[in-house]
Amino acid sequence: MAFFEVKNLYKKFGNTEVLKGVSFSVEKGEVLVIIGSSGSGKTTLLRCLNFLERADCGEIILNDEVLFEGKESKSRKDNEIRAKRLHFGLVFQSFNLFPQYNVLQNVCLAPKLLLKEEINQLTKNIKSEIKSLPSAERKEYKKKRLNDIKDYKNQKTNNISKEAIRLIERVGLQEKINNYPCELSGGQCQRVAIARALALNPEILCFDEPTSALDPGLTDEVLKVIKGLKNSDRTMIVVTHEMAFAKEVGDKIIFMADGVVEEEGSPAEVFERPKSEKTKAFLRMPYNE
Amino acid sequence: MFVEVTLALFEGLINTCIIFFITLLAALPLGLLIAFGSMSKIKPISKVIKVFVWIIRGTPLMLQIIAIYYGPALIFDLGIMPRLIAVLVAFIINYACYFSEIYRGGIESISKGQYEAGQVLGLTKGQIFNKIILLQLVKRIIPAMSNEVITLVKDTSLARVIVVTEVLKVAQDYAAKGLIWPLFYTGVYYLVFVGVLTLLFNFIEKKMDYFKV
Repeated sequence: MAFFEVKNLYKKFGNTEVLKGVSFSVEKGEVLVIIGSSGSGKTTLLRCLNFLERADCGEIILNDEVLFEGKESKSRKDNEIRAKRLHFGLVFQSFNLFPQYNVLQNVCLAPKLLLKEEINQLTKNIKSEIKSLPSAERKEYKKKRLNDIKDYKNQKTNNISKEAIRLIERVGLQEKINNYPCELSGGQCQRVAIARALALNPEILCFDEPTSALDPGLTDEVLKVIKGLKNSDRTMIVVTHEMAFAKEVGDKIIFMADGVVEEEGSPAEVFERPKSEKTKAFLRMPYNE
Repeated sequence: MFVEVTLALFEGLINTCIIFFITLLAALPLGLLIAFGSMSKIKPISKVIKVFVWIIRGTPLMLQIIAIYYGPALIFDLGIMPRLIAVLVAFIINYACYFSEIYRGGIESISKGQYEAGQVLGLTKGQIFNKIILLQLVKRIIPAMSNEVITLVKDTSLARVIVVTEVLKVAQDYAAKGLIWPLFYTGVYYLVFVGVLTLLFNFIEKKMDYFKV
């Protein structure tokens, strides 16, 4: 059983079929690169994996856990979907940084909110915990628990900040830590977005054309950061138009056309010895050489 | 005489301020509710709210004040309500509807990517709105809001149609007695009021200059 498996994914928008049965698998630590012309369904595929869109049918299986099955009812609870989303990170084409927060706050926001929720839950639990105690001990116990939780919170908050700073250093932006997104270049913004996605330590990190919105001179710094992540053994799914980058970073390449996986294999197989006519035509386009 | 008129106008200013602040306090949150309603995915709700907003924005505020003051008594044979309450109800509903459209425009202008970024990071809908959208929304709607709030200051003078004594009514009473200049003098009160608000809005805009949306 592969680490991450997608089986027969279908997605329709109105009458337009965008995904017509997409299947693939990724092993842990692998980098899967998805290429293909615009409109072939690459972005929709990523959005389905991140539950921004709901696929019509098919299966998504991560680590033997079925995250999605086509026949399930549409009325899934928000909380369940949220829990599933946390398996994945997504770096958007247009960064989508939060403009009112500085670099550090952008990276810390989600972990801190998750921690806050956890703390609220722990505090709530005290009530049910003290029910079984004799009333004389309750006050004492509650006080102790509240103290424990406070310590836990402080320690965790500390860790979140430390981890965020480490990630920001890793994408090479330690000098911009207190700057706001409007003060950064596109490439720097995208690097912050990568750090932000990493902060939740997702099992699979997805990139949706991470350099398409950047000026030509700025793509390299972002690609370098992504290459750096490859060496750190993280499972990644990258949608890109940068063929040289795809060749270099991908362990496995998928070529998508018209909503299906037209061809898949190692970079050498797909780029040097493509079997499908569509792949050959796509690779011959001057833009992709 | 000048001192007497000044003080009398100040007394009128109390009601002006009551109408202004209570309307603002109630209409700001109510407007947000109406905005959510008009954007609701449940069609009947959004339709009803849209028609309601159309009626309120499509009729004069003066008419609404009169309707709310006399309407219940005429139609349902209920007792007549205190005048100030009728004015407040009319103002709150009217301004909530105007605010709701400003909110709606603001919310719809914020890029979908902001919501999606929040979703992908595992945030709840509430967290996304409170921690990500709200401040961007405030920044976007401040110019439109300041317009509306300044209009509210001057609209308070409509309260006099059901004889609520605010600044302009006090001056009008002097005019009825043959003293004309207090009527013009009220302009100073409104100008100062609006001047302070303008400074306040400028201050808020400056405060949020550090980021771009």
